[in-house]
Amino acid sequence: MPMLRDVVRKVAAKNAGPFQVTVDVFCGSPEAFARVAPALETDTVAALFGVDPAALRRFDIPDLHVVKFSMPRPVVQGSRFDRDMHGAQFATLLEELVI
Amino acid sequence: MTTTILVPSGVLGLGFSQDALAHGVARGCDAIAIDGGSTDSGPHSLGTGTSKYSRAVSKAEWRALMRARAELGVPLIIGTAGTSGTDSTVDWMYDITCELAAELGQSLRVARLYSGQAADFVAEKLAAGKVTPLSPAPEIDAARLREMSNIVALAGAEQVQAALQTGADIIIAGRTTDTAIIAALPLARGENPGACWHGAKIAECGALCSTHPGSGVIRVTFDATGFEVEPMAPEAACSPHTVSAHMLYENSDPFRLYEPGGHLDVTRARYHALDARRVRVEGSEWVPGPYTVKLEGARRAGYQTMLLAILREARYLANAQAWADKLVTRLQALVGDQLGLASGDFSIELRLIGVNAALGALETRTSTPAEVGALCLITAQTQDLADEIGRLANPYMLHMPLTEDEPLPTFAFPYSPAQTSRGPVFEFALNHVMALDTPMEAFRLEISEVGQDAHVA
Repeated sequence: MPMLRDVVRKVAAKNAGPFQVTVDVFCGSPEAFARVAPALETDTVAALFGVDPAALRRFDIPDLHVVKFSMPRPVVQGSRFDRDMHGAQFATLLEELVI
Repeated sequence: MTTTILVPSGVLGLGFSQDALAHGVARGCDAIAIDGGSTDSGPHSLGTGTSKYSRAVSKAEWRALMRARAELGVPLIIGTAGTSGTDSTVDWMYDITCELAAELGQSLRVARLYSGQAADFVAEKLAAGKVTPLSPAPEIDAARLREMSNIVALAGAEQVQAALQTGADIIIAGRTTDTAIIAALPLARGENPGACWHGAKIAECGALCSTHPGSGVIRVTFDATGFEVEPMAPEAACSPHTVSAHMLYENSDPFRLYEPGGHLDVTRARYHALDARRVRVEGSEWVPGPYTVKLEGARRAGYQTMLLAILREARYLANAQAWADKLVTRLQALVGDQLGLASGDFSIELRLIGVNAALGALETRTSTPAEVGALCLITAQTQDLADEIGRLANPYMLHMPLTEDEPLPTFAFPYSPAQTSRGPVFEFALNHVMALDTPMEAFRLEISEVGQDAHVA
C-alpha cells in the first residue's frame, strides 16, 4: 500500500497564526487529486492530528489539485509544551499516511 | 488610473536580489512596501520587544531600499517593523533609518506609526464589550491584560493611509496586517478594493508567489477592475497556478481573509496568464464589515533551563522512553523533597530526540535510532530556581540507571556546563479582535524631519 507522499507532489504544513495550523496536500495533477481527495477521510485525518473532527476545516480545491486541512494547534505556538514552532512537521504525519 | 507597488521581499532581513530590485526601480512604481516581521518565530520577539533579525543585515537591506526610494521619489513603507511591531522595535528601525539618512546624506520626513496598546485601554474596551475572542482564544480579564509585557493591535489600510497623508518619505509602522502596507495606497487612490486586498495578499511574501521564491522582488499593479503581478528577477515567472496557490499559504481559509473593516472573498476570482511571466486577476470581492482590529499579546510564562544528554548504549536506546519516564518521576519527587517546591511551581519535561521530539504523542513512526538525545526542559518562576533544579537534575541526567541492580551508566554530555539558562519564556496570550470607534483610536503617529537638512524643516 502506498503512502500519500508516493502519489502526490508535496504536502506542506505551516502555522496560520499562533493558534491554527494548516496542511496543504498538493496533488500535482487532476488524476492524483481524483484519487487522493476521496481517499483522505476527514475523520482519519482528524485522528492523525489529535483534533476533534468538528474543529477540522477541509477545503477541496480541484482547480489547484489541492486538499487543505486547517485546525487549532494541539498546543499554542511557542507555549511551553510546543515542540515545533513553525508547525511544519505536521505535514510528515499526513505524508506517511497509507492510502 | 493605475497604482504600482514594488515589494522587495517577504520580510526585511531575509535577502533579495539586487539585480531584481534595480530592475524594479527602472520600471518605476508609486510606493515600495516591505514587511518587517510576523508571529512566525514565536512569542519571544513580542514578549521582549526586540528584533529577531540581525541589525547589520536589516540595515544593509534598508540602505538599498532607502537608495531606491530616493531615486524614485516615492514613499517607502515597512510594516510590523522589527519582527513584532512593538513600539520599541519601531524605534529600533527608526534609529537605523536615522543612521542611514546621515550616511547617505538624505533629508527625509519619517512617520512612525505606533501599534502598541496600553493594558488599561484594552481593559476598558473589554469592559465595554468591545473585545471579542476568536477561536481558540485564551481567557482574559483586566489582571491578565496587565501581566502582558506587550500588546499590539494590527493596523489596517486606514492607519497606513493616515501616515501617507503626512507626506512622509518613509513610514515605519508597528504591527500591521501583512497586506495593509501594500493595499493602503491603491485603496486611497480609488483602485478596486477587492483587487487591492487580493493583490496585497499575493505580493506580501514577495516572490513566494512565483517560480523563484528566493529572488524576492515582485511588482503588483492595481486598477479599477483587477491587479497584475510580475516578478522582477528575469528567471522568475508567475503563473495562474503559482499565484492562486499563494492564497493557501499560512491561511486557514484560502478564500477569505479578514482585515480591519471587512474581509476579502476570492471565491469568484479569475486568474489569467498575460504572458509567460505575468498574471492578471479579476473578480476578487471586498465585503465591508465592522471596524475591528486583531490583538496580539505576550506574557511571561516563567524561566527555563535546559540540559542535553545523549544515549548511545543499545539497551538504553531500546528502553529510552521508560528511562525518560522514570527520570522525570524521580526528579519531580526530588525537587519536592530537596527544594520544597509544590508540583505547580515548576515543570520538568524530557523530549527524546530521535524518538518523537518534534511530534510527541502524535508520532506514528517507530525505529531504532543509532543514538537518542534527551532534552530536558525545566520551567520555574525565576531563573535562579530553574537553574537550581537544573543542577539537581544534572547527576541523574548523566548517570540514572534503568534498574537499581546494575552499574551506573554514564551518558554523553556534549559540553560543559551541561546546563544552559534560557532566560524568560513567553506565550501568546491574546487571540481577540477589538472594535474601534475610529481607525486611529488605538494608534498614534509621530512625524520627524530626519537627515542633514533636518534643522531647516
